Amino acid sequence: MIKDITIGQYFPGNSIIHRLDPRFKLVIALAYIVMLFAGNVFVSIITGAVFCIVSFALSRIPFKLMAKSLKPILPILLFTSILNLIFIDTGKTVFKLWILKITSGGIETSVMMIIRITLLITGTSLLTYTTSPIALTDAIERLLSPLKKIKVPVHELAMMMTIALRFIPTLIEETDKIISAQKARGADMENGNLVQKAKAMIPILIPLFISAVRRAEELATAMECRCYRGGEGRTRMRQLKASAHDFVAAGVTMIFFAALIAVNIII
Amino acid sequence: MAVLKTENLSYVYSPGSPFEKTAVDNVNIEIEKGEFVGIIGHTGSGKSTLIQHFNGLLKPTSGKIYLNGKDIWEDKTQIRQVRFKVGLVFQYPEYQIFEETVYKDIAFGPKNMGLSKEETDRRVRATAEAVGLSEGELFKSPFELSGGQKRRVAIAGVMAMEPEVLILDEPTAGLDPKGRDLILEQIKKYHRTFGTTILLVSHSMEDVARYASKILVMNESKLFCYDETAKVFERAEEISQMGLSVPQITRVFNELKSRGIDLGEEVYTVKFAKELLVDILKKRGKLHD
Ligand SMILES: Nc1ncnc2c1ncn2[C@@H]1O[C@H](COP(=O)(O)OP(=O)(O)OP(=O)(O)O)[C@@H](O)[C@H]1O
Ligand SMILES: [Mg+2]
Repeated sequence: MIKDITIGQYFPGNSIIHRLDPRFKLVIALAYIVMLFAGNVFVSIITGAVFCIVSFALSRIPFKLMAKSLKPILPILLFTSILNLIFIDTGKTVFKLWILKITSGGIETSVMMIIRITLLITGTSLLTYTTSPIALTDAIERLLSPLKKIKVPVHELAMMMTIALRFIPTLIEETDKIISAQKARGADMENGNLVQKAKAMIPILIPLFISAVRRAEELATAMECRCYRGGEGRTRMRQLKASAHDFVAAGVTMIFFAALIAVNIII
Repeated sequence: MAVLKTENLSYVYSPGSPFEKTAVDNVNIEIEKGEFVGIIGHTGSGKSTLIQHFNGLLKPTSGKIYLNGKDIWEDKTQIRQVRFKVGLVFQYPEYQIFEETVYKDIAFGPKNMGLSKEETDRRVRATAEAVGLSEGELFKSPFELSGGQKRRVAIAGVMAMEPEVLILDEPTAGLDPKGRDLILEQIKKYHRTFGTTILLVSHSMEDVARYASKILVMNESKLFCYDETAKVFERAEEISQMGLSVPQITRVFNELKSRGIDLGEEVYTVKFAKELLVDILKKRGKLHD
């Protein structure tokens, strides 16, 4: 069923990682990405891996889910590692066949690349697994709010994103219902050639558009009835408040960073 | 032989996730041909989930469904044939309408069945009449119609497949009392004319009592009972505890009985109550024509 696709992959829970302030989480995630790609390869990978594994364990996200998030990038991983293997020409030659030459340098780079990308995806997935899309948009809005000074409509953009996110599950549910209703009338969506398949989409798309437009209209009316007039002077119901454990998390991240820099200077 | 039969039917939504929910739990029923079955149960009791199994829209997590004695999932490629035999009208079916004219929308099902133009035409006209759509409305855009009329178009769209079993999920939700009675009367008439087996999901005990010959009660994903209307309403006490209500008039008569005034009959429609009372009064000579 379509509904099984998780949007933004949010996995509700109540772990320490879930409860972190989304602004802190976002910044920490950015710091983590920098960590992965800064300085000495070995050192950054080890620091990144430790950081990632510890946060992962704290979040209590099932391992299976994490493995699932890696599946879509498998082709990219394979592709980049093969490119690296073939084109990097440093170190000892390990294997040679006509113009194909694989060197120890190439193997090293591709293994490192695989580990780095895996860490990158797992780490950032952890952010989306533990933060609801709405909280994330909120955090982005707050972090970008200085841009309001140069007339970037930050609030409006965030509101649009929030609304879009809010309606994705609704529309998925509706699509599901429409597909079921047309299937009940014998609509055949699996068989036939490309043209027939495209034609079979019409009975689904038309009702879906009609209902999406109707919903948008209703929402606009409802917002107007409640005197919505943009971000100017608007206060929030759910205030984002940094608490002690947010600062602890930030502190831990900084210690990792410091260690990374220190090790880089020493070697 | 039963036209529809389920065997230990269970269905679980999103298994293995934190949202896991058993919506149908080990249901065994046999529905005889030509029956008019009312399906009741509180919100979220699994009615809609159950009926979507009957035409193969949902595949059971475990258990089997038999249509005319044949397991419907035995041959997956034949599942469309099952959908033509078991017509399902969804809750709020208006949103399935997509064609430019009412005629074309009703013809969608028959066209999918691969029927000839003449046969399709006959069926569209016959069902449009059966649900009370006028000739003039057939060539209008369905989006110009009122909510109640759209509902009829949607119902006609499924009837036009002339299924052996017609399942309707709350066909009267959101209609005014007059529109509600009209649609139910038309369904009843259709039942009488074609002898189609009808399964009607409804929240209104009054409606179910008036039209159904048998009642299926769902409670918290389980089958509570499936029996003759009279037998089901005898268990008024238990049914009320589930948060459902037996018809008002039945409650009145049950209360009378518990106070020692037994009129000897089960009553679930106002019409029947009136006849019964008039009869008794006449017998006692207290009422003259
Ligand atoms: N697509 C779905 N995904 C997950 N859970 C669902 C889904 N559809 C229904 N459920 C759950 O399954 C249970 C049964 O739902 P169902 O729609 O069958 O109830 P119902 O008896 O038809 O209720 P109503 O009278 O409100 O129509 C409910 O608890 C509902 O939350
Ligand atoms: Mg329902």
